[in-house]
Amino acid sequence: MNQRLSTVLVGLLSAFFLISALMYVSNFGFKAPEPVSHAKKEMPKPQQWSFDGPLGTFDKQSIQRGYKVYKEVCSACHSMKLVAFRNLKGAGFSDAEIKAIAADYTYPSVGEDGSNVDRKGLPSDHFKSPFETKEAAAAANGGAAPPDLSLMAKAREDGPNYIYSILTGYGKTPPSDLQVPSGKYFNPYYSGQVISMPQPLKENQVDFQDGTKATISQEAHDVVNFLQYTAEPEMELRKRMGLKVVVFLGIMTVFFYIAKLRIWARVH
Amino acid sequence: MAKDSTKNTSCGDGEVCDPSKRDFMVLAANGLGVVGACTVAWPLIDSMNPSQDVLAQSSVEVDISSVQPGQQKKAMWRGKPIFVYRRTPQQIADANKVDVASLRDPQTDKERTKPNHEEWLVVVGVCTHLGCIPIVGEGEFGGWFCPCHGSQYDIAGRIRKGPAPQNLVVPPYEFINDKTIRIG
Amino acid sequence: MSDPLAPKAPQEKGIIGWINYRLPIFDFTKSLQDYLTPKNLNYFWSFGSIAGVCLMIQIITGIVLAMHYTPQTGHAFESVEHIMRDVNYGWLLRYTHAVGASMFFVTVYIHIFRAFYYGSYKNPRELLWFIGVIILLAMMAAAFMGYVLPWGQMSLWGATVITSFFDKIPVIGTAIGTWLRGGFSVDNATLNRFFALHYLVPFIILGLVVIHIWALHHHGSSNPTGVEVKSKKDVIPFHPYYTIKDCFGFGVFFIIFAIFIFFIPNYLGHPDNYIPADPMVTPPHIVPEWYFLPFYAILRSIPNAFLGVVAMFSSIAVLFFLPWLDTSKVRSGRYRPVFKVFFWVFLVDVLFLGFIGESPAEGWYVVGGRIATLYYFFHFLVLLPVIGKLETTRPVPASLSEAK
Repeated sequence: MNQRLSTVLVGLLSAFFLISALMYVSNFGFKAPEPVSHAKKEMPKPQQWSFDGPLGTFDKQSIQRGYKVYKEVCSACHSMKLVAFRNLKGAGFSDAEIKAIAADYTYPSVGEDGSNVDRKGLPSDHFKSPFETKEAAAAANGGAAPPDLSLMAKAREDGPNYIYSILTGYGKTPPSDLQVPSGKYFNPYYSGQVISMPQPLKENQVDFQDGTKATISQEAHDVVNFLQYTAEPEMELRKRMGLKVVVFLGIMTVFFYIAKLRIWARVH
Repeated sequence: MAKDSTKNTSCGDGEVCDPSKRDFMVLAANGLGVVGACTVAWPLIDSMNPSQDVLAQSSVEVDISSVQPGQQKKAMWRGKPIFVYRRTPQQIADANKVDVASLRDPQTDKERTKPNHEEWLVVVGVCTHLGCIPIVGEGEFGGWFCPCHGSQYDIAGRIRKGPAPQNLVVPPYEFINDKTIRIG
Repeated sequence: MSDPLAPKAPQEKGIIGWINYRLPIFDFTKSLQDYLTPKNLNYFWSFGSIAGVCLMIQIITGIVLAMHYTPQTGHAFESVEHIMRDVNYGWLLRYTHAVGASMFFVTVYIHIFRAFYYGSYKNPRELLWFIGVIILLAMMAAAFMGYVLPWGQMSLWGATVITSFFDKIPVIGTAIGTWLRGGFSVDNATLNRFFALHYLVPFIILGLVVIHIWALHHHGSSNPTGVEVKSKKDVIPFHPYYTIKDCFGFGVFFIIFAIFIFFIPNYLGHPDNYIPADPMVTPPHIVPEWYFLPFYAILRSIPNAFLGVVAMFSSIAVLFFLPWLDTSKVRSGRYRPVFKVFFWVFLVDVLFLGFIGESPAEGWYVVGGRIATLYYFFHFLVLLPVIGKLETTRPVPASLSEAK
């Protein structure tokens, strides 16, 4: 670097640093900046899931148990509007089972005489919502509408671990400086650590037909598997297809590289 | 992407080029590229086929318990009307009396009904001429009359008079039990 | 184009000859194959054609997605889920399109930084550079509108933040903002028109790309030495050398693309966009997609809202002046040792601005963002002119063939 340039640059950069320092001081004075405030919450507890990783698969037994947990516990408040009964097929339910599940619900229809009637649910119907409107859901739940769960595993950062942590995160004692209003509950994994949902899962709340012991963590584990399935039903197919695609592309790219070297040999 | 890059048009640096050397690697790489491109085309094309929710509605169950002899019930299947007609014994006898060989689209009544359920005629309610919906109980043949161009069908849904080329289409269906049929 | 009175070559044999005599399309494709290209281009020169591939992928997947999407507030979110769950390969099309937007931007950013380093924007390629900057602006418009279409929380609130910029223009701001939105807040009218425009803009980009390539071919490609082509010894035909090299480049590009689509499709996105838009609930952190983060950081670093918008647009506007701001007579950064250092510092500054953009606008992030913003303009408006004028460059080779 020549003399003239270095002098000029030193001058300019010094001026820049000076301005930067002035900006800092005007903001913070002569002390360190305070840490940035976050809404308090604990990071989710990482779990092992069968669907993790590039070769992940669905644990269909767990998903079926998780469906039972959703049906018997969660569906009282949480809708699952994007999922149709026929979507349960990918979780291992048979056509007959799906037909029976659907037939348990009624849906509005029009009778032959034009009046409003109810008809039995079909596999092509979507899960029925517990509340007609969002406002009704909020009104019945202390002002906070329970969110739809179809996409919950994708709609939260680190979704499956987050949901599992929330569901198993109740029962702890809140820190002394935290005010928990009545009608709300302490859960360290929720943003702000105060959640409107009461503890949904209890020991042996659901009777698993395959004999699995229904501890809270088991119920949580199974319902998370179910929610991951409802959020990303295509996951297994997608990852399997991905493996084939990446291997094919890898081979094709290597071929193209060798072809490139051979053609370019004429230039060098 | 290079399609067939083995043809050498000109070499810039004056060296002698040998276009006759079909480099295997170049061919192989291009071949894989073409395979890849075709594989990519399929999802784009298949996405335009009926989606899963449409396919889920591609069969429909119809409750026929309230249909009396001599009555028709209409249902919808794949966006089209279906006539479910319950024939009286007289109507069935009339259908069987017809000389099949003289029909434009020869079919016996038996061919158009299910065994043990000869009372029931299930047809797509779309005229095979140009697609209008025929009216039940009209026309000279005791069946249907199409108001658009005058096609007339008998009580087995067969074309008897008028411009329609074929009998009313019998969709794929089956009796789940005596009260219910599944179409499609 | 051509003169009707000019003598034409005689019609050649076959169908190709018949077509070519009437519309010289095959002569044209042959000229593209024979396009004389510097023989020393490195892989950074492949990113232009990769960007072209990205554009085609976005258009093709976009058209097919549009067959299933409903641009109405009550139905948009559900229609996207319908695509994901019910449409055959719908999930694949959607993820390709969403990831594809990110791949398009990373490709174009590398393409732009290649231009920065090698001085590709210099005489006689200033207009080529301008067209490129306009393409970038069009891409940003298309991407912004596209992100609104799924009508998730980030769609709605990102649109609310960006359209509120126009409200901040003095005097006429509110009228313009309302006109743009079609209402007093981002709602159905906004969504519907964004869909129409999102479908349109990529075809404008396509036209701009054609002109971009036309401008490029007029003087030919630059090269890593920055020394213009002088003789036949310096060049090789585009086909087969750069066609096969680009094919290899596409292969690497598609591998990276595929890994995202099939294994981590939502990594570059934001989970909040899987929550249906709710005008009553603001997400705790409104963040744009990663490719807008540096500009978002510049926007937020100015305390005055309107001036923040001015600063953000200026950060792109300054690029139009680059051919004159960079006063160096030497084109390529290879022979400019001081410039090289500050090039890397600038890259770090831009990456740092991206980090600031996704951080909350509190505490030390604010000051950090302001310093980084100041440095961004300092680089273009002060450093480049000064270094260009005063730098002692390394000796530039006589021709690109003779370069080591």
